[in-house]
Order: sequence, then structure tokens, then C-alpha cells
Amino acid sequence: MSLIEFKNVSKAFGENQVLIGMNLAIEQGETITIIGGSGTGKSVTLKLLLGVIKPDEGDILFKGESVVEMTGEALIEMRSHIGMLFQGAALFDSLTVEENVAYPILEHYKYADEKVRRIVREKLTVVGLDDTEDMYPADLSGGMKKRVGLARAIATNPEVILYDEPTTGLDPANTNRIAELILKLQKELKVTSVVVTHDMATAFKISNRLALLHNKKIEFVGTVDEVKRSRNPVVQNFIEGEIGGE
Amino acid sequence: MRRGGGQILEYLDYVGGAAMLAFRTLRMLVKGPVPVHLVLEQVLHIGVKSLSLTNLVAVFTGMVLSLQFIVGLERFGLTLYAGQVVGISIVRELGPVLTSLMIAARVGSGIAAELGSMAVTEQVLAIEAMGANPIAKLVVPRVLVTTLITPILTVIADVVGILGGMFVAVIESGVTARFYIDQVLRTVELEDFFSGTGKTFFFGFLIGIIACNQGLRTTRGTQGVGESTTLSVVIASVAIFVSDYFLTKLFILF
Repeated sequence: MSLIEFKNVSKAFGENQVLIGMNLAIEQGETITIIGGSGTGKSVTLKLLLGVIKPDEGDILFKGESVVEMTGEALIEMRSHIGMLFQGAALFDSLTVEENVAYPILEHYKYADEKVRRIVREKLTVVGLDDTEDMYPADLSGGMKKRVGLARAIATNPEVILYDEPTTGLDPANTNRIAELILKLQKELKVTSVVVTHDMATAFKISNRLALLHNKKIEFVGTVDEVKRSRNPVVQNFIEGEIGGE
Repeated sequence: MRRGGGQILEYLDYVGGAAMLAFRTLRMLVKGPVPVHLVLEQVLHIGVKSLSLTNLVAVFTGMVLSLQFIVGLERFGLTLYAGQVVGISIVRELGPVLTSLMIAARVGSGIAAELGSMAVTEQVLAIEAMGANPIAKLVVPRVLVTTLITPILTVIADVVGILGGMFVAVIESGVTARFYIDQVLRTVELEDFFSGTGKTFFFGFLIGIIACNQGLRTTRGTQGVGESTTLSVVIASVAIFVSDYFLTKLFILF
């Protein structure tokens, strides 16, 4: 049984049909990157998995349980197993770095303040941001915000981490740093990662498998080698176009 | 025709969304737990910050009312009794409505802008993704704050408005301050006070729900935040005027 499964998922926003009959299985411990052009529904896929939006048709299974049918406590419990790094980091402006990283811990566990502080320090060390606890998001650079977002995503030691465009808007040094961090988390925490990006260099570097979202469904799924060797014109057009565009 | 139908659907979607948010907020308030210390802290913080604005509006409203009634009542030789009309007008109607409008403009717009910014930067989504409920975290405390500060600020504004009217009455019609206050106390009954202040709990709730609903629906980046801020004030102001009639009628019936 796969850890996560999308089964015949369709989703439309008004008259804009984003996904039609999309299928994808994600295995435990793998890093799968969903690639595709802008507006093809990559981020929608992550939101569907989190259960913050519901599909019009089809089902999404997490550990064999239907996310679509989950409500209340079941949904909260499921989300406690998932961490997410948002495109713009989505840090809370009014909270310090420490409070931001502590947020999911306080939401799911009743730990003593000292233990929460210790976990926050540990996670900030993992992302290379020691001694930033008292800073506010407004004081941080784009790359630092992403790393705090990553520290927040791993704060509860989730089994799955979702990355929504983790390197968008970053300079090459920070892009590389985030990619290295994703690899490090993969090795050290053995997490399952679902990455959404159109940054092909990062996708090739961090992924076990890639899935190309095209024409409202998954057009191709394969390892990095399989994608590179694929004769599927859509796959080749996409990766060449993206690499050529950088 | 089709465009008109679309607009009606849009309107119904908006009203339905706001009603659903109000229902969920009330359900959470009943189920609890409510972050009491956080709400009280905000009531004090926002209340104190809004006090100068609501009082400024109240004092000039009282002054201009007094001036107008002195001129009007002069035709009947009743200028001495301006205090009675000013008192009733402020306590029953102008204090509650004008204070609520000022809170919609100052506090409601702030809430819509804050939640709007959070929505477009995915902070609301982040709350949900981390297993928390955005209504419990963002809406319930803010709606409680607007529901509580509106009556408090209204009572203070009533007093300030009446004193503003007194200032003008003393200067313009030559009555003594004691006579003016006596006229007000003789005319304004407890029923008038409850009728006026009672409405403001509802106005405050409306301001909070409309501002939160508008903020959470925000899309299209900073432009969307601006539109949400403006719309929250416009919609809350209209809602205050419309509901004012029906609430007044209701209070008269009971």
C-alpha cells in the first residue's frame, strides 16, 4: 500500500478545470517532485492532500484512509503527520521566529515551555539559523524566511513534508542551500517528501522520482534517469524549456 | 440578464458565506474554550486606541445637535428644553450608530486588512495546514473584541455627546449646566439606554463578522487587500443602518 494515493481526482474552480481524473501514488520514504507549468494545479495537489480543499470527484488516501471523508479531529490528526513549507514561507508576521516554529508544537502537544524552546532551538540549528529566535519575519531575508518555514515544517517531526516551490525567488546560493537541506532531511529524518517546483535543477538534485503534471493529469512518472531518457515529447519539451529558460 | 443573474449569485454566495462564518463563530463561542485573557487584553488595547475618535465624533455631534435644536425650538419658545431632545437623540440613536460606524471604519478596516494580508500570504492556509482552526484562532477573538468594545465605547460616547450638547446649550441658550443635566436625566429613561446600547452588541458582532469574512475572502495580492478593507467598511456601514431600523422596531415592540 502506498503512503499517499490520488485516485481519479478532479477539481475545478468555477469554470477553470484544474485536474481531471488525476492518479498518483507516493511511496513511504521517497522524495517525489511534481513538475509542470504555471497554473497546472501543482499547488492545488498539495492543498488537496492536506484536505484544505476537497476534490469534486475522486479520492485522496493517506495511509489508506480517505482524506476527503475526514472531518474535525481526524483531519487535525492527519495534518499532525504532515509539515508544509509554503512558497512565501507564510510565517506569521506578528510572531517571533521562536513563536513561529513553536506554533505547530503548541497546537499538537502539551509540552512544558522549556521543552518547546529546546525543540525550537534544535530545529533552527538543523536549518542553520541559530540565535534568530527573537527576530521577526520582517527582519529576515527571503532565504532565511524559507529556512524558518522549513524549521516550522519539521517542528513536530512529521512523516511527510510538502514543499511548495521551495526555491522560487531565491538566489543561486540560497537555492542550493535549500536543496541541500531537503536532501539532509531526507537522509536524517527518513521523511517522505512531496515537492512542487518548476526549478528542474533542484528537482533533478533532490528527487527519487518526478511526476509531470500536464493537461490536467499526471502525464509521466519516473526516476530522474527515466525522465531524462524519456522520449515523451511533453516531458522533453518541459525539461528542455525549463532548463533553457534558466 | 446573465450578468444580472451572476451578480445575484455572487451576492447570495457572499451573504451565505458571512452567515456561515457567523454561525461557526457562535458555535465555537458556545463550545469554547474562549481565550478570555487575550480578548480582554485586546478589548483594552483597541478600546483605548479608539476612544479619542469615538469621543471626538460624539462631542461634536452633541454640540451640533444642541445648536440645531436651540434654533428649531426657538420658533416655539422652547430653547430651554434642548437638553431633553439632545439626550434622547444621542442615547437612543446617534450615540450607538455613530460610534458603531467609527468602529467599523477604524477597527473593522484594520481586521479586514490584517486577515486579508494573512490570506494572500498563505498564513491562513498555514494555520489550517498545521492542524489549527483559523476561525477559532483568528475570527472568534476578533468578533468578541468588536462585540464587547462597541457597547463600552457607546456608553462613553453617550456621556461625552451629552456634555458637548451641554456646552453649546449653556453658551447659546443661557441655561445652567445643572438645569441641562436635570432635563436630560428627567427625559432619558433606562429603557432608552437599553434600547440604544442593546443594539450595539449586534452592531459590534456584525462589524467583526463582516470584517473577518471580507479579510478571509481576500485574493489578488495587495490590490485585493485594499479592496477588502474598503468593502468591509462600506458593507458594515450599510448593515448598521439597515439593521438599526429593524432592531429599533424590535426594541419598541418589546
